[in-house]
Amino acid sequence: MKIGVVISEGPYTHQAADTAYHFVKAALAKGHEVPRVFFYHDGVNVATRLSVPPQDERNIQKNWTELAKEHGIDMVVCIAAAQRRGLLDENEAERQGKDANNIAEGFRISGLGQLIEMGIQTDRLVMFGD
Amino acid sequence: MSDTKKFLYVNRKAPYGTIYALESLEVVLIGAAFEQDVALAFLDDGVFQLTKGQDTAGIGVKNFSPTFRALGDYDVNKLYVERESLEERGLTEDDLQEIMYEDEDDDWAEKPSIRIVSRAEMAEIMAEQDVILSF
Amino acid sequence: MSTLHTVNKSPFETQTLLSCLNHCREGDAVLLIEDGIYGGIEGSALSEIVKESAAGVSLYVLNEDVKARGIDPGRLLGEVSGVDYEGFVDLVTQHDRTQSWL
Repeated sequence: MKIGVVISEGPYTHQAADTAYHFVKAALAKGHEVPRVFFYHDGVNVATRLSVPPQDERNIQKNWTELAKEHGIDMVVCIAAAQRRGLLDENEAERQGKDANNIAEGFRISGLGQLIEMGIQTDRLVMFGD
Repeated sequence: MSDTKKFLYVNRKAPYGTIYALESLEVVLIGAAFEQDVALAFLDDGVFQLTKGQDTAGIGVKNFSPTFRALGDYDVNKLYVERESLEERGLTEDDLQEIMYEDEDDDWAEKPSIRIVSRAEMAEIMAEQDVILSF
Repeated sequence: MSTLHTVNKSPFETQTLLSCLNHCREGDAVLLIEDGIYGGIEGSALSEIVKESAAGVSLYVLNEDVKARGIDPGRLLGEVSGVDYEGFVDLVTQHDRTQSWL
């Protein structure tokens, strides 16, 4: 089955991004497809490559980047939510005249249409948030 | 299976205290371009999103409540509001803003988009959906 | 046709669990995750109302969240079954849709 996932709460503050991670791993292990994970609201903060959690803690961004790479998951960060919260890729940083970008490998910034499209193209949609 | 799915946006949070209501509305507006069968549900504190007379000048936050009145132009005209949620909060339909749409199948007659439904009816509406997005 | 509902908040903090149960239909399932698992405890001030509201509904808790919070599975309501993350996935695929009560 194709399962779409939405993460709508920030990392570390809330368990949502962790629960979603374990859920997606389990879904893949059972042979399901997870074609896309969509990050919305404060969930976009998972995508920053500038977070430096203590060494003995899980690194939520790295976990997602690795999982997505291994299984070809399309990780989409909502552009409107990302811009509000200071998440920029190279193109956006340049377009907005900012001096840095911070999107980690494996994530891409795109529109909310990708969320709707995921709802249309998957068999199930599961949201993790607050 | 047809390409059209039934999408329900479930709104259970009050506006302004958190961003969920506003960012939900942004999804609805973008989603309208995909020509799916869209409906919005307002229950629990979500009913506070639709009250009239919102004035956010004093808190320095954009008042997005007028946007609900524009939804009809995007062919989003099913706004289900739960009666029990209103009553529990001391509200009636008169406390909500008037939201109208023009029915293209009925010579563009103006009709109300807000439909007050019971909790049992709301449960039924939820159970008819293909995709449920919660905010 | 049935729905899997997920609830991730303690019923002692918000009304979410009760609202969810009040919108369930016969044959639906409710999975308690994260802080939602506290809604599955026996002998609390809310146990009776949770049991009453959940008539006709299958109640589940996510085992990993129960264990993380130091709740002995023996203290959960008799009506509640435990699932792991793979069981969570099965519940998602076995029901026609998932509604997250965020």
